[in-house]
Amino acid sequence: MTLRGFCCSIVLLMGVIVPISAATLAEYKFEDPEKDRDFRAIIEEMRCLVCQNESLAGSNADLAVDLRNEIYDMMQSGQTKDDVIGFMVDRYGDFVLYNPPMRPSTYPLWFGPLILFVIGAALLYRAIRRKKQSQETNLSEDEQHRLASLLNEKSNTKDVSK
Amino acid sequence: MKSTLRFAVPLIIFGVIAAFLFKGLNMNPREIPSPLIGKSVPEFSLPLLEQPETQITDQDLLGKPYLLNVWATWCVSCRAEHETLVQLANTGKVDIYGLNWKDESIKAKAWLRQLGNPYVANIFDEKGRTAIDLGVYGAPETFVVDSKGVIHYKHAGPLTPQLVAEKLLPLVEKLKQEG
Repeated sequence: MTLRGFCCSIVLLMGVIVPISAATLAEYKFEDPEKDRDFRAIIEEMRCLVCQNESLAGSNADLAVDLRNEIYDMMQSGQTKDDVIGFMVDRYGDFVLYNPPMRPSTYPLWFGPLILFVIGAALLYRAIRRKKQSQETNLSEDEQHRLASLLNEKSNTKDVSK
Repeated sequence: MKSTLRFAVPLIIFGVIAAFLFKGLNMNPREIPSPLIGKSVPEFSLPLLEQPETQITDQDLLGKPYLLNVWATWCVSCRAEHETLVQLANTGKVDIYGLNWKDESIKAKAWLRQLGNPYVANIFDEKGRTAIDLGVYGAPETFVVDSKGVIHYKHAGPLTPQLVAEKLLPLVEKLKQEG
């Protein structure tokens, strides 16, 4: 295939693919732009239960299409974002939410990393302090004098050599 | 003492992580805890598969414990579990209601003629709206419901004779005794 032919086919392909992927969600129209935003936010935040790594917005599974339609109808009939989220959680559990809610069963999820961080920081702090202390206390007074004089000597020679 | 502890701590952490990962290997991500356990079967009014002019509602199912089995002819695992359902129905130990989910009535009726009909009645949920209320995300799914219409257990995936004998029937017996 020539380069030109290749480019042409790519352009043609894009012409086919882009409208398809756009068309799947463009069919959901709202007069109120805020509702439109809410709708799109909801279906992005919800997990498709059939293909568990896809959102409701991204999935073409039969159930995802049904649920999108259901959510669309609910919002068209005046229900709010919270109503829709409640409806979904009542039926499918927290599992449908990509963003887990804060409640006792999810506390480890929310606070676990923070607790681990605090424990780690405390251990690190203790280790550093202990190291410092051991440096301070390990030498007797005589030894410290010797150390100081040795250090002085060294820095003196350095000064000379400059 | 101190040095052994220093070696033990990473080892323990590693052990804990390994235990969790090992458990994760054997877990089924399709088994999603149903929020409907302990709640009533949602209200519905749908035609019967065999007599589409007759409506059946959730109230019609009350009275004694029953199984509600979600199935469809397009569902391969449903075919796999069908034999188990027929056998269970033949024991007469529990009523099984079918929820025929997003199916074509002609195909569904042919399936029952061909493979046997374990169901007391089949609820024809062509649009899948009641299945959404039941939190169904894949067929087959089976609910164990008590005489008052409260859901006690849900199994997602095909039933096996072992599961029926070890889990479903004991639960049904318990529900029968509770009335």
